[in-house]
This record gives sequence, structure tokens and C-alpha cells, in this order.
Amino acid sequence: MTELKKYQSAIWSEPIVLTMGSPGRRGQRFALDRPVDHTLEDLLPAHLRREKSVKLPELSEFEVLRHYEHLSQQTLGMMGVSLFGTCTMKYNPRVNERLVNKPEVAEVHPLQDPSTFQGTLEIVDSFDHMLREVSGMDRFVFQAGGGADAAYLHMTLTRAYFADRGELGTRNEIITTIQSHPCNPATAAAAGFSVITLPLEEDGYPSTEALRAALSDRTAALVMNNPDDIGIYNPRVKEWVDAAHEAGALCFYDHANFNGVMTRIRARELGFDACMFMLHKTFGSPKSGSGGPAIGAYGCTDDLAKYLPGPLLERTDSGALTLVEGSDKGVGRIREFMGNLPVVIRAYCWSRAMGIEGLREAANLSVLANNYMETRILSIPGVSKAFPDNKLFRLEMTRYSLEKLTADTGVTVLDIQNRMTDFGVDAPWLSHDPWFIPEPITPEAGELWSREDLDHWIDALAQSCEEAYSQPELVKSAPHNQAIHKLSDAQFSDPDTWATTWKSYTRKYLRP
Amino acid sequence: MNKLEGFDGHPYMANSNEQARQEMLDAVGATDLDQLFEQIPPDNLTDHEFSWPKELSSEHELFHVVNKLLSQNQHCEDNLSFIGSGAYRHYVPAIVDTVIGRSEFLTPVFGTSSSDQGRMQAWFEFTSQLGELLEMEFVGLPVYSYGAAIGHALRMAARVNGRSKVIIPEILDPEKMAVVNTYAGHPDLDGHLEVITCPCDSQTGLIDIDQLRELLNDQVAAVYFESPNALGSLETNASEVIQLARKQGALSIMGVDPITLGIVRSPGSLDCDICVGSIASLGVHLNSGGGVAGFIASRDEERLVRQFPTLQVSLAKTTKQGELGFALTLFEQSSYAAREEGNDWTGNGVYLWAIAASVYMSLLGPEGFREIGAAVLQRTSDLKSSLASVNGIQVLSPGTNFREVVVSFRESGKSIKAINDALLARGIFGGRDLAVMDSRLEGCALYCVTELHSAQDIDQLVQALKEILA
Repeated sequence: MTELKKYQSAIWSEPIVLTMGSPGRRGQRFALDRPVDHTLEDLLPAHLRREKSVKLPELSEFEVLRHYEHLSQQTLGMMGVSLFGTCTMKYNPRVNERLVNKPEVAEVHPLQDPSTFQGTLEIVDSFDHMLREVSGMDRFVFQAGGGADAAYLHMTLTRAYFADRGELGTRNEIITTIQSHPCNPATAAAAGFSVITLPLEEDGYPSTEALRAALSDRTAALVMNNPDDIGIYNPRVKEWVDAAHEAGALCFYDHANFNGVMTRIRARELGFDACMFMLHKTFGSPKSGSGGPAIGAYGCTDDLAKYLPGPLLERTDSGALTLVEGSDKGVGRIREFMGNLPVVIRAYCWSRAMGIEGLREAANLSVLANNYMETRILSIPGVSKAFPDNKLFRLEMTRYSLEKLTADTGVTVLDIQNRMTDFGVDAPWLSHDPWFIPEPITPEAGELWSREDLDHWIDALAQSCEEAYSQPELVKSAPHNQAIHKLSDAQFSDPDTWATTWKSYTRKYLRP
Repeated sequence: MNKLEGFDGHPYMANSNEQARQEMLDAVGATDLDQLFEQIPPDNLTDHEFSWPKELSSEHELFHVVNKLLSQNQHCEDNLSFIGSGAYRHYVPAIVDTVIGRSEFLTPVFGTSSSDQGRMQAWFEFTSQLGELLEMEFVGLPVYSYGAAIGHALRMAARVNGRSKVIIPEILDPEKMAVVNTYAGHPDLDGHLEVITCPCDSQTGLIDIDQLRELLNDQVAAVYFESPNALGSLETNASEVIQLARKQGALSIMGVDPITLGIVRSPGSLDCDICVGSIASLGVHLNSGGGVAGFIASRDEERLVRQFPTLQVSLAKTTKQGELGFALTLFEQSSYAAREEGNDWTGNGVYLWAIAASVYMSLLGPEGFREIGAAVLQRTSDLKSSLASVNGIQVLSPGTNFREVVVSFRESGKSIKAINDALLARGIFGGRDLAVMDSRLEGCALYCVTELHSAQDIDQLVQALKEILA
């Protein structure tokens, strides 16, 4: 192993913005015909007026710019190597940013007459058709503001479907697996369903017998991902879908882990009634400050399409596109307006740039790169793989366990995670809760990163693990090269200590 | 097909070349790429002939094709727009776009605090500055939209007091109304909220206090109202609504647009229990509807805080004496930690807009918020008086309006659609037809102005309407 590249985060000791500035400084001015006080006196009755002045900072424009630029420099993100599992870290082409920042997208009001933004609507329509091709579904909508929101759309659509059939009184259960994303059971419960969660068996997926035992005339839907985020594919998925259909349930495919199977499988051909793609993940739109604006593109069969929320695209006889409301029996809305259309445009651009051959290449490379990583990672002392008895090649992710390393050294995967950031590696993903694999860690290579980048990530893991044996305190006290030191172990769930605003902090900590 | 054939040299994929594929395949010990997919049973594999358009892997070609499509669009920078209704065009200062366009903020995943302290601080500064505007101490990270925030807050209230009826204004933006109805659930399933609409004045949209008093009882979980409301009026009875709800053991939920709060009385000073609203006015472009973003805030009171569905950032100590950092707090009550036992659900949302809003609030400061508030009030008042001078038009908003006013065209005998088509022919986007909101508002439209409208813009509208109605 060659010596690791050095990394050190910028340290700006940047104060909380509320403590900065000086009275009278301005960062932005607004043109006024008359002084503020006169306007308020004439136009705003006293009982509607604010009493105390707002305690915001008073800063010049440059100071604000520099403050947030400094904060950005204290954010590692994708500036190093980020192989954050389940999130498929891709290149976000900047040409797409150039396009969506144009006023033809950024300054369009969603309630403009549809005739005034036909360009965007044509893109949405084309992209809908491209997703139909890769999934086999009959129609896609883009209102869901993320993958979890698309899961919620599925749950509410399931509700509308069975309510329309008069079966909702009895069909009130959703079946999923412990390996489904937490948003699946959570959105099911939020929509009013009760949740049955199937445990995994030794091959890494639940048994078909367990599914059959759970299915009944109370089942509204089966909700599953495949492959899951361990990289294991349930080979009985068709049997599962058939069994669920026999019980009268709908089948939803959470396609969050689509990257490794793009162009090789189609949700509809496996029997699913609906599926979801994450455009901010699989289709090249940015994660955007780590959490959206995003889109969970939701696709379904014609049977379900009549329950989709409006506004829906429709082509008129003249060939123009217009927007119409959905059916009264359907889901009215899960969110205002048609969706994060700039995200659709970015995903469309990415897909046009890739083409179907590019998609296949990306799937091939992501699976190849993951298995390449596995060969090196499993040679690191203290590291093993989840479900080792399943000897088949994993797809685009592999979950590892540092259980042995922790038992040997007392260093946990959280310590290793912190230490890896010292080498310019964005803190790796571990696992969703609950951790049924002890001390889990889950990289996802994707198609973006070069082999050199992958090797750097593995070297950083290897170095951190080696240090766990040779200098455990160094790892336990990490990070050392970040903007601040390790956060204390204190739990942040005590009403006396949590402080989600400066106002709260001031009251709890700074007052005598 | 050659076992290593692929798409060579694609600019988005570093390993898309034969050497990289060969080396990794050798290391893996597989003979060809297909072997790596051995987990997928043959009958699961597709033989579909995909019909996608040919790839545009040269950037200039892609730009040209997409730009040409987009150039068909008309927009509010070139056209004079009076559309509001849940999406408001305020000025976005240049540095807001500079900051959120930085790779460090634009592209990363939701990482952990150890490597992304700068972003965690920017988020904390978002909740902190919003908390100052609201005068409320507990603020969560943003949610999908204003409507989603209302839906979540109603459900929070029901969990707090175990009741299942909620009261909302009968006049509510139809987009929001539809979202709230979805969040309220279905009577056949668990957790259903019975939504009761409180009568409102049809010209102002203000809550009818006497009717509210009648509707309130010990089964009501929450009363939701907003200011400015769906018709642009500032609620004059906010304090009374909050007190009435409290008297019956119901929570009060107030909806606001923080951009008003430099001049308008804050929800915190009114002592509402939960506050929701939009952050889209704080430095976010319209984005064709992709600019919507919501928030939920409350007093820092445990019974409320324990029901938040959001993620939160808290100030936290580090191992170095005196140093402060930022960490997620109350993660255990989120769906990420507790699956179906968590509070509703959370996921990828609109977190980039939190950073945009943070920059925006830092830029404006107290005086900037006073100025923008006064500028919008002034423009709204100018709009009212200018339109009132046009024959065939009546301005129905008698109260204090922020941004939006109700304009009746009934006397003109022309439909809102006909008027808007005629305006569009003159490059003007007319106000939204209010018949969709309330049948009493047939023949009326909602006109919106912000600080971006000049006196000349309003004159231009007036002239156009005079021509059209002549």
C-alpha cells in the first residue's frame, strides 16, 4: 500500500452568523417610494405590526458571501471520494445546471398557462416515455419530492385503489421486508396501514414461506426493493409477486437500487404494478445540499394510472401538451404543483447524454467496481462480508461487517467512519436501522469513480483498520483533519440540552 | 459481443475503457461481465429492445438540443406576471445562487457530521434565523412544501392530544387543500383525521370567529389558519383564534410566509403552538413549481417537540473544551430510526433551499426584512387603488393585504379565461381564476405583486385591462 494522500479540511473558526456583524451594515436594499415607517403607519394596523425588531445579523454583502463560502469549504461532500452506499454518488453534469438556471426554467410560474411552457412539458413527456421503456410501466408522474415521497404516493394510491373497490375496510396491511428502506413501512403507517415486516433468512432475503404466511385477504400491497442494499437479489421475486397478486394485493417495486440492474430487468416484466426511480440518484440529478430538491419518479400500470394525482399531462388534438386534473377517486395531491421540474430536466439531460448503451455501461461498471472493491476489502484484517454463505457475486453494493475488528480492538465502525474522513473520504454509509449486521459498513462504487478513487477509499479503510490494531486511541479520537474535533458522546435527546436554534441555545446555555 | 465491450470513453464514467474493465475483471476472477449478474435468474432478465433516442454524449450537442426545447418557454422575467397562489416571485440575490451552486453544497449526499460540519452549520443558521423571524425556539429542517407542513402539523397535533378532528379554513389554496386531504387519511384506516372546514368571509378569507366558536369542542385536535391567507389578507383575529383553540384543549397551527415578518406580528409573539409555512420566498426561484418548500416550528416544549417528523440539527459539544459543533438531534423519533413507529416519515426533501434561505436571511438582516415588507405592502396597496379605477373591475379585498388581492370582473361580463387570454396576447400573465377556490368567487381573480413590480408595471396592467374591458 502506497502512502495515503494527505487531506486537511479548511478551519475557519467561522462564528454562528447570528453573532456576526455590526449595527447598520446592509447586505441587500430594496427600492422604496416612501420611508418604511410611513408605509407601515398608513397600511398596517398597529395590532398586525411586529413588536420587536428581528434579531438577524447585520452584515455587508461580501461578508455574507465569504461566511457561506467558508462553510462550504468545511464541507467535504464529493470534493474527495464519496462512495455513500444506497445513494449512488454520480457525476452531476454542470451543463444541466446551466440549463435549469436559465429563466426559461427558473423564472417559470407553475400556474402559467401550459401553452407558455411547452418546452418543459415536452421534456417531461419525453422523459416519462423513456422511463416507461426502462420499466415497462404505462405512465410516470413526478410530483413526489423524493424517494420517500414516492413511497407515500404509492401508499395513498393503494388506499385510493382499494377504497374505490370498496375493499379498504378489510385490506389494511402492507407487507415489506426488514431490508426495505425505512420510508416504506413509515409511509405505509402514515397512510393508515398496518405493517408486516419479513425477516431475512440465511441467504440474505426472506423466505417465500414467510411471505405466503403473511399474505391474506387483508393484504393491500407488497412493497419491496431488489436488490436490497446489501447487494443481494431475491431470485424468487416473480414467485413473490405472483403470490401477492393471488392474494389480491398490489405490488410496488422500490427501485432505489436500480443502478446495478439498469437495462437487465424491467419492473413490469417481473409482474409489478408500480415502481419508483430516484432521479437525484440513479438519473444524475444532484443530491442538492444533501437532501433535495429531489424526485421519486412514480410509474404504474394503466389500471392504477386513473388514481394518479394531478396535474397530469395530456396531449390535445392540436398536438400541444396541456395539464388536467386527476380523477376524483384518485390521490388529489401529495405536494403542490407538478413536481420539481428542474430535476426532471436534469434527469432527462443525463439520460440523453448516456443513451441506453450508456445506461448498460453504467450498470456493468457499478457491479464490476463493487466486486473489484470486495476482493481488496475482504483482505483487510478484521473485515468480513454480510451473509458470507451466499457466494454469488454481489450487485452494486456489498455490506461488510467490522464485528471482528471491534471485538479485537474496541474500535467501532463509527470510529472508523470518522477516521476515514481524515483521508478526504466522505464519511461512509453504514446501514439503516436496525443494524442486523453488526458494525456494518456499505460502500457503493457506482460508475463515476475511477479505479484510483476506489483504491484510495479502500486504502483509507485499510489504514484505519490497521490503526485500530496498532493505535486504537488515534482512531477512537478521530477525526483529526476536520474543521472541528469529534463530537462528544452526549445524546442529543434531552429537552434541557437540545438546541435547534440559536434562540434556544441562548436560553439554555448562555443565560445565568 | 466481446466480453469486455462497452461504451468507451463516456465523460461521466472514468472506468469506461477496456483497460479498466479488464484489470478489474481479472482482479475479480470473472470471465466476463455477464457472470457478475449471476444472482439474477435468467427468466428475470429482459430481452426488450429499448427504444431510447441515440445518446448525445457531446456536451455542446446536448446543450443545443435541450436549449432549443426550453427556448419555447415564456417566463416571468420577460413577461409581466401577476400570478401568485402559492408560488411567489421575489428577487433572488446573486450570491444566493453563487453559494448554493458551489459543488460542496450542490452535490453531496446527506453525510454525517464528522465530514460535513460546514453544511451542518449552514442548516443550523437556517433554523436559527427562521426562529428569530418567527420568534419561536424549535425549528426543524425543511419539509417538501407548505401543504406538506400543514399536513404533518395536523397529524402532530392529533398525536399530542389524542384527538382526531381538525379545523381548517374553508377558503384555502386548492393545491394545499388537496395535500391536506391526502395527509388526513381515510376513514376506513387508522390515524384518520376528520377535516372540518370553518366558514370564512368570501372577500377576505378571514376566519368567521363565531362559526369557529361553534365548531370547537373537546374532540378537536387542532385549528389551522394562515396569515397571509389564500386571498392575501392578513388575519386580524389571530390572537382570538389561538385563544379559542386553547380554551378547548386544541392546538393552534398558524401558517405564515416569513418574508412578511420584518413588519408583521410574529407567530411566536401571538403564542400559537405550531407554526408552518413556506421558505420559498426566501431566496428560491419559482423553478416551474420546483421551488416549493415548507417548514415546521414550535415552542421548545417537549410534548410538541417529540412529535416532529423532521430531522433537526442541534448545537453540540466536541471533545475539545469550548468548541461547538453540530449534530442531528431527536433522530430516534424519525422514520429513519423507527420505521413505522416513527413520526410520519422523512426523506430527501428540499434541504438546498434551507441553505438558500439561510443566505437570504443573513443578507437582509432586520432592516432588509422591514424594507421588503414595506415595499410589498406599498405595491399591494398601489395595485388595489390602480385597479379600482378601471371600469368593470371591483377590488374585493377590504382588509390588509400582502401581495395578493381579489379582483372581481363580474361587472365586465367577461370570463376570467377570456381576460387572461387577452392579457397573454399582450405578454401579461393575468391572475388566477378564483372559481377553483370558492364558488362565491366566480368571476374573480387573484392578482399578485411583489417588490419586483414597479409602478410602471401596474400601469401597464391597468392600460391593458382598460383596452380589454372597453
